Amino acid sequence: MRITVLIPSALALCATAAVAETVLPANIEFNEGAIETPLTDAPGDPARGREIMTSRGKGNCIACHDVAALKDAPFHGEVGPPLDFVGEYRSAAELRGIVANAKQTFEGTVMPAFYKTTGFIRPGDAYTGKAAPADLPPILSAQEIEDVVAFLQTLKEG
Amino acid sequence: MKYKSMTAIAVTFAAFGTAAFPDADDNQLVINGETEIVTEAAAPDHMENIDTIYSGWRFRSEETQALEADDFDNPGMIAVDQAMDRWATVEGDKNKSCASCHGDDPAESMAGVRAVYPKWNDDAGEVRTLAMQINDCRENQMGAEPYGYTSAKMTAMEALISVQSRGLPVNVAIDGPARETWEKGKEIYYTRYGQLELSCANCHEENYGNHIRADHLSQGQINGFPTYRLKNTKLNQVQARFKGCIRDTRAETFSPGSPEFIALELYVASRGNGLSVSAPSVRN
Repeated sequence: MRITVLIPSALALCATAAVAETVLPANIEFNEGAIETPLTDAPGDPARGREIMTSRGKGNCIACHDVAALKDAPFHGEVGPPLDFVGEYRSAAELRGIVANAKQTFEGTVMPAFYKTTGFIRPGDAYTGKAAPADLPPILSAQEIEDVVAFLQTLKEG
Repeated sequence: MKYKSMTAIAVTFAAFGTAAFPDADDNQLVINGETEIVTEAAAPDHMENIDTIYSGWRFRSEETQALEADDFDNPGMIAVDQAMDRWATVEGDKNKSCASCHGDDPAESMAGVRAVYPKWNDDAGEVRTLAMQINDCRENQMGAEPYGYTSAKMTAMEALISVQSRGLPVNVAIDGPARETWEKGKEIYYTRYGQLELSCANCHEENYGNHIRADHLSQGQINGFPTYRLKNTKLNQVQARFKGCIRDTRAETFSPGSPEFIALELYVASRGNGLSVSAPSVRN
């Protein structure tokens, strides 16, 4: 099910981040871990995905994953597998599902769910150590998930 | 291979397609050229998933390691000196100092104490951390104000007491009346807290030796606490570190001195039974 978010049409025209439709975390349908339908109507932007992957305040994906294409950012981690060529062997739907909630693909994985807002034990308000607000936002927005998926799809040989 | 049983975590490994292997170095720690520190030991029987335990010292750079090998280089020893001054300072309305009851030289009265804390206290009917016992002395024996649980004065006094056990094996009791608290601490250790859904075990049992960004993950042993961190240039109390770790899982933390952190401290301390006390240690 999709939730329609109304926004002024003028804003939609000038901002690519603005989206007409967004699937909320509670309404996602996983199919064996994958999410077939994009979370927004706006296509993912691989350039923004690249920034999200290396930004500590956003995805910080390289904290755990080594990515050769992101070596301009220092200190890649080793907790998860390297992501080189992941666009070769994973579909967009699979990548979307893993970034949104990897536990739907890999039971018990250490990887956090980046598009999930409920079901946590003592959720906090970001990194303040204080209790989370009632309307806890996901770590990444729907559009940011799509941006990361778009970047991951570029990780191919040649 | 560090895991005794592959079955419980087989799924996690399958998820990443890669197993984690210990990545502690082979260096040996001798402090001041005389006190040998055991930084590697067989895991205590109660640990189900790890065969060998390592002090966090073994995961640090050689530059950082060197700072702990000589007390003149160890910035944590400044706090020990400050606490030594307070040891003999009369405070409170009972006109007493630490020395009034425990003597002028803590090396005599406090040897071995740090190695067995947290510890069940029969009279109080509770597990007590060293910090709780220090404050019990201050309030009830000295009639003085308690120290803040993770305050600089508390942490320094813990360091003074701990250094008298340096080189002795950690040996906290987990049976008898302490068992219930220990079980609670174990449950907390394996609970995946916060929006990142991370447990202590996710990083410090399943992934020690691996890097998270620039951080080289250790086993999260606490035999070296209080710990001087180069990152914040002060001596750090163990429950302040617990708080920081849980905060970093995007969770609502527990408070230092809370029943949860007392239980966690007992449990984590027991995972280091057999390693030498090496406080105050020096870390990143």
